[in-house]
Amino acid sequence: MKLRLAGDTLLMAEYEPAIDPAVNARVVALADALRKRGVDGVRDVVPGYCSLGVHFDPLRTDLLALERAVLADARAVDVSGALLRRPTIEIPVRYGGPEGPDLDEVARFAGCSARDVIELHAATPYRVYMLGFVPGFAYLGGVPAVIAAPRHRVPRERVPAGSVGIAGQQTGVYPIETPGGWQLIGRTTAVMFDPSRAPASLLAPGDTVRFVPA
Amino acid sequence: MTVGGGLRILKPGLLTTVQDLGRWGHQVDGVPVAGPMDAFSHRLANHLVGNPPDAALLEITLIGPEFVAELDVTLAVCGADFDIARDAEAVPTGVTFPVRAGQTVRFGRRHGGARAYLAIAGGGVLIPPVLGSRATHLVSRMGGLDGRALLAGDVLPVAAGARLRMNRARGLTLPSGGRARLRVLPGSQGTWFGEDAWRALTSVSFRVSPRSNRMGYRLEGPPLARLSQEEPISEPLGMGAIQVPAAGEPILLMADRQTAGGYPKIGYVITADLCVAGQLAPGEFIEFDRCSEREAVSALIARERELMAQMAAARDQGASA
Repeated sequence: MKLRLAGDTLLMAEYEPAIDPAVNARVVALADALRKRGVDGVRDVVPGYCSLGVHFDPLRTDLLALERAVLADARAVDVSGALLRRPTIEIPVRYGGPEGPDLDEVARFAGCSARDVIELHAATPYRVYMLGFVPGFAYLGGVPAVIAAPRHRVPRERVPAGSVGIAGQQTGVYPIETPGGWQLIGRTTAVMFDPSRAPASLLAPGDTVRFVPA
Repeated sequence: MTVGGGLRILKPGLLTTVQDLGRWGHQVDGVPVAGPMDAFSHRLANHLVGNPPDAALLEITLIGPEFVAELDVTLAVCGADFDIARDAEAVPTGVTFPVRAGQTVRFGRRHGGARAYLAIAGGGVLIPPVLGSRATHLVSRMGGLDGRALLAGDVLPVAAGARLRMNRARGLTLPSGGRARLRVLPGSQGTWFGEDAWRALTSVSFRVSPRSNRMGYRLEGPPLARLSQEEPISEPLGMGAIQVPAAGEPILLMADRQTAGGYPKIGYVITADLCVAGQLAPGEFIEFDRCSEREAVSALIARERELMAQMAAARDQGASA
C-alpha cells in the first residue's frame, strides 16, 4: 500500500491497481478501521475498488499524524486478514420485457437464449466493490464473461429508477432516474437509497448481492 | 410554506440554490458533497449576518433573483458584484442590510464574478437537513428545496429580523478581465501524462465552456495528450481535480462533482484558489501555474488569514444600524 496526496485535501491509500475481491476487502477494512479510530480533521473516508480516499480539512489536520494512523491501520488490517463478515442481500428482479429492453441484445452478445442470460445473471454472487455515480449506486463485480456485454456507445437520456444493467464485468441497479449507458436487462422494486432510512443505502462496500428472478 | 412566512420568490434567477458547506461523511454511499462553488464568499456572507459558517444560504448564479420579504429580515450578499435594489433604493454588496416585511429585493446587472451568496440572519434558510446537510445537489435531487433550484412561488423559511449592527467587508478579490490564474498540484497518474501535456496545461489559456455547470468546468484549449488511452480504475476524488477523458478536453471538477471517477487526473487546483475558480463564468479564461505542496499550504494559510482579517474588521467598519 502506498500513500499519495491528491491535491491538498485528499490523502489516497493505494493498493495494487486491480479489481480483485482480496484487494477490495483490505480497502473496506481499512476504511472501517479509520472511521472507528476517528482522526481529527478527517471529513470523509471513501473506499474505491483498490484505493481509499481520506478527505481532510487541511487547516484542522495534522497530516503526519493522519498518515501514521492510515499506515498503522493498514498494517493491522494486513495482519488480521481483513475478512469481516458482510451480509448477503437479495434483490428481486423482473427480467426482460419493457423493463429489460436490452435482454435480447445481451443474449445475442452471449450467443445464448434470454433465459440463459437470466439464469447466469441470477446464479452469480456479486461483490459490492464501491458506490458512486449517484447516491446508492453500487458497482457490483464478477459478471460471468459470457454475458459481459459492453455498455451502449450512446447512453440513454433516461434510465428509469430500479433498472438493472450490465456494463462489461460490472452489474448494478440505478437508484434514481438518470442518463445511463448500461445494458438494461430487468428492473427491481427494491429501494436502493432512501435518505430517511438508516442506513440510507441498501448496499455497502464489501456486501454480497444475489439477484432473484421475481 | 411556514406559518411565519419567509422570502417569497418572484423570479428565481438563472440558477439559485440553497447551499451550506456540503454534505460530508456520506461519500461511501455515493452521496456527492455539493456545497458552495466559492466557500470564501459563503463563509463571509454568513459571518456578516452573525450566522455560523455552515448555515444554509442562497448561491446565485449569473442572473439574480427577485423576492419579497414576508417578515422583517437582515441580509448580506458577498461574492459576485451585482446591482441590488431594496424597493427603489440601491444596497451594496458586502454589507448587512435590513429588509422590512413587504419590501422587494431585486438583483440587477452583474459587474464581476459569477456567483453571489445571500445570507439571512437568524440561521439562514431554515429547511430540514438531508443526511446532515441542507446543500442542494442537483443531479441526485437531494437537499435544498426538493433537490432543485429555486422556482417562482417558492417561499424560503427564514427567521424574523434579528436586529444587527451594520457589518461591512471588502470580500474576495474577483477575477478581473474575465481571467483567473489558478495554481495546480501535479496529479496522480504520472504515467498517463508526459511533460508535453504539462507544458500545454501551464502555457496556454483555457476557456470555460458554456457546457460547464456546478459539477465541473469543461475547458476549451489544446487537447492534453495522454500517454495511454487505457482508463484507470475508478477512484475517489475531490473538488479541484482536473480530469482528462480520452479526447483530451480537461474537466475541472467543482462543487457538485461525483464521489469517484475513472479518468486520469493531470492535477488538482489548490484549495486556496478554488474560491476564485468558483467566480468564473462560461466564456472566461483560466491560466494554470504549477505549484508545490509547500506553496499550496502557504497559499491556504494566506487565504484563511485574509478571511479571518476581513471577518474581524467587518465589525469595526460598519456604522451601527
